[in-house]
Amino acid sequence: MAKKNTILICNGAACISSGEERIKEKLINKLSEKNLTEEVDIIETGCMGPCQFGPLMIVYPEGSFYIKLNEDKIARIVEEHLLKGRPVKEFTWATPESRRIGEEKKQLPFFEKQFKIVLSNCGRIDPDSIEEYIGTGGYEALGKVINEMTPEQVIDEIYKSGLRGRGGAGFPTGLKWKFAREASGNEKYVICNGDEGDPGAFMDRSICEGDPHAVIEGMEIAGYAIGANQGYIYIRAEYPLAVKRLQNSIQQAKKYGLLGKNIFGSSFNFDIEIRMGAGAFVCGEETALIASVEGKRGMPRPRPPFPANHGLWDKPTIINNVETLANIRHIIIKGSNWFNSIGTEKSKGTKVFALSGKVNNTGLVEVPMGITIKELIFNIGGGIPNNKKFKAVQIGGPSGGCIPENSIDVPVDYESLTNLGVIMGSGGLIVLDEDNCMVNMAKFFLDFTVDESCGQCIPCRAGLRQMYNILNRITRGKGELEDIDRLEKLSNIIKKTSLCGLGQTAPNPILTTLKTFRDEYIEHIVEKKCRAHVCRFEDAEVKDKDEKILKVS
Amino acid sequence: MKLEELRQIREKVEKQMRLREGQARIKIIVGMGTSGIAAGAREVLKTFLEEVEKRNLTEVIVTQTGEKGLSSKEPIVIVKEQEKPDIVYGSVTPDIAKRIVAEHIVNGNPVSDYVIEIGA
Repeated sequence: MAKKNTILICNGAACISSGEERIKEKLINKLSEKNLTEEVDIIETGCMGPCQFGPLMIVYPEGSFYIKLNEDKIARIVEEHLLKGRPVKEFTWATPESRRIGEEKKQLPFFEKQFKIVLSNCGRIDPDSIEEYIGTGGYEALGKVINEMTPEQVIDEIYKSGLRGRGGAGFPTGLKWKFAREASGNEKYVICNGDEGDPGAFMDRSICEGDPHAVIEGMEIAGYAIGANQGYIYIRAEYPLAVKRLQNSIQQAKKYGLLGKNIFGSSFNFDIEIRMGAGAFVCGEETALIASVEGKRGMPRPRPPFPANHGLWDKPTIINNVETLANIRHIIIKGSNWFNSIGTEKSKGTKVFALSGKVNNTGLVEVPMGITIKELIFNIGGGIPNNKKFKAVQIGGPSGGCIPENSIDVPVDYESLTNLGVIMGSGGLIVLDEDNCMVNMAKFFLDFTVDESCGQCIPCRAGLRQMYNILNRITRGKGELEDIDRLEKLSNIIKKTSLCGLGQTAPNPILTTLKTFRDEYIEHIVEKKCRAHVCRFEDAEVKDKDEKILKVS
Repeated sequence: MKLEELRQIREKVEKQMRLREGQARIKIIVGMGTSGIAAGAREVLKTFLEEVEKRNLTEVIVTQTGEKGLSSKEPIVIVKEQEKPDIVYGSVTPDIAKRIVAEHIVNGNPVSDYVIEIGA
């Protein structure tokens, strides 16, 4: 029977943890109770974005966007909307004058300033259905490159689009592919980096969960361009749902002949395997990641040589981030000129951010490059809850830095952020208000990087630990003014002399907070006062981190 | 798979997705207020859904709305077609629903005996 309503339920990890499965069960039971099962279609989608308001669902054809669902609300929605055709407006996230999601998206500030390329399918299609992906133009780009383009033309198109690596460093993707194409050797590899380790980051997870075929198609196109027949997706074992959906998508693509041998009847073969990361942050660094895929301990090595020449099993390899790969099909279909027209002079396209911390609308957002941090937090994010005062935003996780209030007009592009001493990073944005202590925040991230240091090079292994101990003393009221100089000196040495990106960027949270919030450090040391009331000074005993280990070594 | 096969799947699914998001050439809207349901609107709606499926009408969606304030003429059915005035039917039964699909939706001739209003 034809369906009178289609319900899209958000099955992203955030909605699952807020009770999506219970809601779905209630919905199914209630529909069957009212004899509506045959008339209503239920589709589970990837992340819809406003995670704060989960569990979420959209009821079509009306396009009613229901938020903060519970079992009672479901009962009323079935009774009123699905049976009697009266959308329950007080449960929707709509402005009074809007009824349809299409209009709603234009009117809700959360959606108004967003621009969805990578996330265009997230929350719209069933990620477990290859047919729905094909219905949105999926695998058309792969068909186009195989049938109509030479590998060189593909690389040229990506280069001209201005796409840069979304893992954070911003290296031009087309150039990376060109190096690997030109590298000698018949055996080459494509690796998708899904080892998203920054605290507060969930962009790559949401893409893999919500639109897994886009990642697979991007990898295949990359393989065609550089001349590789094998790809690996390196993804965190802590993302079981993303792993499951990727596995399912690989199988479906193989069944449809869109992955494997003689794709689209051509001589191009490409296969993909999944490798699960075992939980080490450093494995997101490309050389450590390669070691881990090879079955070795995940430790970085010096670059050059770069993986484009000496990568996996010493063969030419490209490593692209999940979000980078998810952009590829859109560039191939809509062209480099289209992509080039979005964003700023040097940063093209969009960036996905995971908004978290002290902000009203936490969740997953995609914005054109060049939007300001202020718009991101105050328009899309809806500002700071409970009338608190905005203090700073931490961008780029433990490798990034904080942007204080007087700099939030900075546009989101690689160069402007670097000029501020922070980095674009992979897309984690943690908003801090007056109740957050900046010294303690810096300590939190340093605690993380000390634990995650692989221990191979001394500046990172020993230097970060010393910095942590200093910060620990300061936050317990045992610091001295010279500690600030020590922190700066250590930071500069560690940045210059560490082997890999982990150590080279780990001091950033301390350096950026020292720059703009030095008075808070001094307050902790001189007055033994924490203005945010986070740090406690009454404990007399201050232990260094892992004291026993320090003594043994 | 060949590129043509991919495009065939795409065309089919794209149409389905447009329909589920409410973009259709023709919408059949059944009034499902309390009095509509009491007058048999559920059966009418079911009949429309079955007929649309049976005839494989891919540009039509069947949906519902609340009370229209014409209780004496329930069940009420509105047919909205792009670039044409809305046609409102009254006192629709499952049999009339079948006629509306066959004569109005498929052949473009409204079942004039049951039309109670022609909108803008």
